Amino acid sequence: MKPRRFDWHARAIRVGFVLALLLFWYYLGRSGAVSAIFLPQLPRVAEKFVQILQSASFYNNLAVTLFELIVAVAIASLFGLTIGYLVGRSRYAVLVFEPLLAGIFAVPIIVFLPVFMLFFGIDIESKIAFGATYAFFPIVLNTIGGISQVDPRFITVSRSMGANEQQLFRRVLLPAALPVIVTGLRIGATIGFLAILGSEMIAGLRGLGSRVANLAEGMNTAEMFAYIVFVIILAGMLNLTLSTMQSRFAGPRNAS
Amino acid sequence: MSDAVISGARIEAEAGARAFLHRNPAVARLGLVVLALALWELAGHTVLDPNFLSPPSAIVAAMPRVLGDPGVRSALVATFVELVTAFVLAVALGLAIGLVVGLSGFARRATLPLVLLLYSIPQVTILPLFVLYFGICAGSKIAFGVSHGIFPIILNVVAGVQSVEQAHLTAARSMGASRLLTIRRVVIPHTMPSLFTGLRLAMSATLLGVLLAELYVSTGGVGYYTRIFADSFDPPATFTLVAVLALMAVVLNEAVRIAERRASFWRTHR
Repeated sequence: MKPRRFDWHARAIRVGFVLALLLFWYYLGRSGAVSAIFLPQLPRVAEKFVQILQSASFYNNLAVTLFELIVAVAIASLFGLTIGYLVGRSRYAVLVFEPLLAGIFAVPIIVFLPVFMLFFGIDIESKIAFGATYAFFPIVLNTIGGISQVDPRFITVSRSMGANEQQLFRRVLLPAALPVIVTGLRIGATIGFLAILGSEMIAGLRGLGSRVANLAEGMNTAEMFAYIVFVIILAGMLNLTLSTMQSRFAGPRNAS
Repeated sequence: MSDAVISGARIEAEAGARAFLHRNPAVARLGLVVLALALWELAGHTVLDPNFLSPPSAIVAAMPRVLGDPGVRSALVATFVELVTAFVLAVALGLAIGLVVGLSGFARRATLPLVLLLYSIPQVTILPLFVLYFGICAGSKIAFGVSHGIFPIILNVVAGVQSVEQAHLTAARSMGASRLLTIRRVVIPHTMPSLFTGLRLAMSATLLGVLLAELYVSTGGVGYYTRIFADSFDPPATFTLVAVLALMAVVLNEAVRIAERRASFWRTHR
């Protein structure tokens, strides 16, 4: 690789762009050219942001959304890893099930949201079920991919050296498939989070998504902006955590 | 003796069937789907509460009633038009932005991180802003679809442009091609495979964006009907609506896949 030179110009343009955008927002708000309902003033949003960080309702909503996410990812992982492992072990099962699952996943699952509402109501159960369904597919597909792509020679060799099923799993299959599986878990958690936010916004009683939707309906734009900023930061943190996790599991393999 | 012959024949037939399924996993797959539908049908007549889940036969029977409603029909047609419009706009804008960003190394270094930053924002949270700015009609849904679909196009076009070999550009220039001609004859053909990957991703993203917005706005369109059907405990109607939307998604996804295969056959038959 060629040595990376620090690209001052490009970086300056990037920072300048963001600063210009913020300045533009600030002066547009001050000039009064745009109604505060459409674009709240920058200082007001900052003020609201500090306020919501001190309010109890904010932490309740945050806790609800995080709880939904954790339960949904746990359910999706349980089913996704188990089914993925069982299917991935048999070449024939892969041929039967993999296209079926990939085909279902090609349909945007969002169209089934009304069905989830019908079965599970509009409280957190439907959000968990919807998030878990969305998260399930990348997890199961990557697990099938990871397990079935383990070089069959490795399996034959370890069998011939007398490895039992448990040893085979722990010493051969798991290490070989882990990077792919962890990628699936990461994608699953990310889109599960988006699915939960989306379903909360469309119809929900609690959680960050429904809070944003409520504020939008009440034309309380400044507070809505503050919530949106927070959710974006939260998503960024989630992303960072997951990619750190992923590089810890997949790192040594990628390096070799 | 004859018993043994019969059971022998049965075993042979069973083995034959198993071998047949083994050679044709697609048949086994189809069998699973049919089995699932049959179980659903059976459960619908026995254990399921008809207020929540009706058997497939009831859904099929309800289809003419639901789709006969002119309001439902126009909502579904509107959704389809929004999907196509949003996709076309996303492709046109994404291609233009992608070429501009990709063609200059400086523009790429300066703006690509911004594009990636915007792409990493969970867009569902800014859905209310789209409704605020574009209203509750088709505008907000198309805009939200475009904002989802445009990123895969931009990123894939940029990647495609970057993959053009420097030697080809030098050759074109040395043979006297103008910048525009170079773009048309060298850069764009090189970008095609990557662009089509982008088209496929953009289609699923556009579907997500438009359908999210459709469901979010519950005062009109598909979102209104899903709410009405849920409130009036009319599951066959909900399922009909969902089935038509899913069919739309499958058709549009397939259309892009077929276009991709058509456009890229020369790569494999060269």
